[in-house]
Amino acid sequence: MKSVVKQEIMGLNGDEAVAFAAKQADVDVVAAYPITPQTIIVEKFSEYVANGEVNTEFVCTESEHSAMAACLAAAAVGARTFTASASAGLALMHEMLFVTSGCRAPVIMAIANRALSAPLNIHGDHSDAMAQRDSGWIQIYAENAQEVYDSMFQAFRIGEHLDVQLPVMVGLDGFTLSHTLENVQVLGDNVVKRFVGTRQLPTVLTHDGRTVPYKLDPANPMTMGPVAMPNYYFEFKRQQEEAMRNALRIITQVHEEYGKLSGRYYGNGLIEEYQIDDAEIAIVCIGSTAGTVKTVVDELRLNGVKAGLLRIRTFRPFPAEDIAKALAKVKAIAVMDRSMSFGGNGGAVYQETRHALYDFSTHPSIVNYIYGLGGRDTSPRQIRKVFEDLQKIVQTKRVEEKIRYIGIREGQGGKDE
Amino acid sequence: MSSKEKGWKEISPAGVCWKSSMTYLTGDWKTYHPERDLQKCTKCLLCTIFCPDGAIHWKPEKGDIEFDLSFCKGCGICANECPTKAIVMRI
Repeated sequence: MKSVVKQEIMGLNGDEAVAFAAKQADVDVVAAYPITPQTIIVEKFSEYVANGEVNTEFVCTESEHSAMAACLAAAAVGARTFTASASAGLALMHEMLFVTSGCRAPVIMAIANRALSAPLNIHGDHSDAMAQRDSGWIQIYAENAQEVYDSMFQAFRIGEHLDVQLPVMVGLDGFTLSHTLENVQVLGDNVVKRFVGTRQLPTVLTHDGRTVPYKLDPANPMTMGPVAMPNYYFEFKRQQEEAMRNALRIITQVHEEYGKLSGRYYGNGLIEEYQIDDAEIAIVCIGSTAGTVKTVVDELRLNGVKAGLLRIRTFRPFPAEDIAKALAKVKAIAVMDRSMSFGGNGGAVYQETRHALYDFSTHPSIVNYIYGLGGRDTSPRQIRKVFEDLQKIVQTKRVEEKIRYIGIREGQGGKDE
Repeated sequence: MSSKEKGWKEISPAGVCWKSSMTYLTGDWKTYHPERDLQKCTKCLLCTIFCPDGAIHWKPEKGDIEFDLSFCKGCGICANECPTKAIVMRI
């Protein structure tokens, strides 16, 4: 992988990588409220503000609901806007997330993915972001701090693209990524500035018949996101879905352009295939666990086992076609979910992936593994066991249980999974 | 749905209003409408200020106010605020 520009190596954890990227992206407004494990992002960024290293208006809000409201307002006047949250903070934003996407405000938000209460738990899993999957936000999940850094710049370009105009969440696994120091290759400030550019605004038709840039401006007054009656509301929602469809194309384009610049690629930007071409068995997962799976795939490949990994990098919009194509020849698939969809037919990633494969005439066996809730560690040994389970499914052509759990204790003499 | 309505490919995003609220009549929302006792009315114009819909207009040529019933939603604030109780709400 060759980079066309000079890069430096910095020791950054995931949160610091986010803050540093936000600084380089020259954001106009940050309105945020700190919450573990995202706190370092807000702390670090406040430091930049205090040191005069950025020209950003930093707004300390009294809650996450207010933080998102402030971000929406800032984006509405045309500012490049950034915030970060996690867990209960993201949950408190819930209402405003829909208003932001509905107003087509391209706010960029880093989420240090963390479990939801109760019982209270500050550690990593995907419950917070998965619960917001239908909020109209683009969702990108990173595998390591380097990807967190790289995804931030892509997020600005994707969200602010005229064919998209949607807010973007960049997910980094709580503690595993947010608090773990890595060598991160960073681009020069000017290189970043050229890549992210300045925010473009679409034009809209206003009440007085003029076509003007879409922003709140006393010179061109307009009303954003007012009431829409049953005769129009539906049309606005259909537009949002179209923007999501467009995002599939824009994400790959922006990812490709960034790849050429930095030398770093993450699959096609939507999914990352690892040893999947001739794989008989494969794991599908999102986030940092993919790193562990890659290690195990390498081991298994040395022993002649045709194992592979498909990492879903972009969960919203869901790249169903790419996933179906990648898994076309795989015989048994394990989809890993780091969150529960209580009472659902498996976890969210499982539901979507299984659904994407429904039209296959080959009907591969697909099982679901719920894992790592509340920061529970997932080891290579457990991943090996998943692949062994898949081998058994291929041999016996039987699936006993579709929804399974990794590393959970049953007690009362029952088995530990 | 009426074919006069625009489709999703035609409308501005995010619910930006592409027509003035003057073209959207809200008068048929009301149950009660205001009636004025001309003997009691002092033309103080407080009602024109309090009306949340701007549906009470001062007409200088008439030297009098006028209720615009195509926008009056019948909330009754004018009747409530009228210092001389000249306005009453009727079905």
